[in-house]
Amino acid sequence: MATDDTDIVIIGGGPAGMSAAICAASHGATVTLLDEQPTAGGQIYRGLSNGDNRIAGLLGKDYQYGKKLIDQLARTTVQHLTNTTVWSVDENAVITYSKDHQANRIAAKIVIIATGALERPYPIPGWTLPGVMTAGAAQILLKTSGIVPEQPVLAGTGPLLYTVASQLLGAGVKIAAVVDTVTSKNHLRAAKQFPITTPGPLLTGLSYLKKIKRTQTPYYKGATQLKITGDRSANGIEFQHKGKVVSLRSNCILLHQGVIPNTQLSRSLRLEHHWHSLQQCFHPSIDQWGKSSLDNIRIAGDGAKIGGAIIAEHHGTITALGALADLEKITEQTRDKLAALPLAAIHRLDRLRHFLDALYAPPVHYAEPTDDTIICRCEEVTAGDIRRYAKLGCVGPNQTKSFGRCGMGPCQGRYCSLTVTEILAAENKLSQDEVGAYRIRSPVKPVTLEELASLHD
Amino acid sequence: MFKRLHDDNTFVFTFDGTDIQACKGETVAAALFANGIAALRKTHTSSSQRGPFCMMGACYDCLVEVDGKTVQSCMLPAQPGLQVNRAKAQDE
Repeated sequence: MATDDTDIVIIGGGPAGMSAAICAASHGATVTLLDEQPTAGGQIYRGLSNGDNRIAGLLGKDYQYGKKLIDQLARTTVQHLTNTTVWSVDENAVITYSKDHQANRIAAKIVIIATGALERPYPIPGWTLPGVMTAGAAQILLKTSGIVPEQPVLAGTGPLLYTVASQLLGAGVKIAAVVDTVTSKNHLRAAKQFPITTPGPLLTGLSYLKKIKRTQTPYYKGATQLKITGDRSANGIEFQHKGKVVSLRSNCILLHQGVIPNTQLSRSLRLEHHWHSLQQCFHPSIDQWGKSSLDNIRIAGDGAKIGGAIIAEHHGTITALGALADLEKITEQTRDKLAALPLAAIHRLDRLRHFLDALYAPPVHYAEPTDDTIICRCEEVTAGDIRRYAKLGCVGPNQTKSFGRCGMGPCQGRYCSLTVTEILAAENKLSQDEVGAYRIRSPVKPVTLEELASLHD
Repeated sequence: MFKRLHDDNTFVFTFDGTDIQACKGETVAAALFANGIAALRKTHTSSSQRGPFCMMGACYDCLVEVDGKTVQSCMLPAQPGLQVNRAKAQDE
């Protein structure tokens, strides 16, 4: 059923996937790149191929930089399948995907999973109401369609929150408020990691914060006990600030609490994962060439560890080089020689990442949602429900499924898995590694019976 | 709640029979936002309103119905004449 083996199949067309594809193809490997989006670029460079300079101008030079990779990819021999949803990868590196309502299989000698990041779930009361979305979602609206929110409140913390605030201000949006959950404890921890060698990205970040101040955007630092108000849709946000309750009106609330690796495929393959205490999330365990606990499955970019677009790009190259050497397309000497520069670049940027991880670590209240907060958005299971399951003897995330269908909706745990792990860890006094995460099964995205049947045509 | 910075190449599709103006390149979810529509479906457990949350195909809160199929409106390009309907809850 599967076609002849392709040397390397890459899943995901962001910076890691694109650079891995470019590198692999340039050394004579047959490469297929499968991507869910209509054009290359991933979420970070999304919409850039549309060529709308009015929007690219608003988004800034870090965004425009992606054009280089997109153009390079277009000049390669890579078979690039767009609008393609991968829903299964097995331990033999056979990939099943759907495109145009038709399912297909492709077998690879080596698979590189480059599925990037998801925004960390930030469960607070009211976060399921229409009008509440992630800051990343608002940025996607701007990148792809030039659509901007009117008088939004941006709440949470993390580099993307300030980036989006700055980009919206640049687009002429009046921001109702930035409700920042960063704490002074984070500042102290971050100071120890100050990345003196990479001032460029830091200055960019500072310019975002300055723009928020310069435009006199209301800015509340150290906010806690956030709660979105509204009955059928969001109409405002309430929080504690300097000992007082602040209540703001807005029908558009943009939440952000950093990003985490999208581990759906690596979990579905039962690969080894481990808890990363600084990034407060699970990482698939990989070696220096991106090799997972299965030899033929590699993981590149933010899907392995959050590093941002530039680290992901270098990591894609390194992962491709490792695969090329294992397939004997290049010698180990060539691999090591070609990997030296990207490895050095990652080493330099890692210091900055440690600083950002410390500065924008999610606040304590993120992992301790109130009992009335919905955790599993799909099945509407609350934090109180999960704590009740724990009291009844529930120790693992998988058991929460039988207790109350937690994590069993169409998103398949993408926006609740981490919180469920955190709550069970706290309730049962276990480490996150001991609690583990949901067992993910293929199809990792819902498929129709029609698609399933089309495999046997 | 949302506005377009530019109105280029507009066309019309329908949402529950109502005309929705869209611009080339927009997804159905984006066009609905630009038309002030954020609530797209009700949950099957409590009939609570939901709308697009992640805009990248991960959360499944933006589900709508096209030709009897349930699809993610944030992944569906808007096209002239497309007939989009609210997804029915399981008990409807």
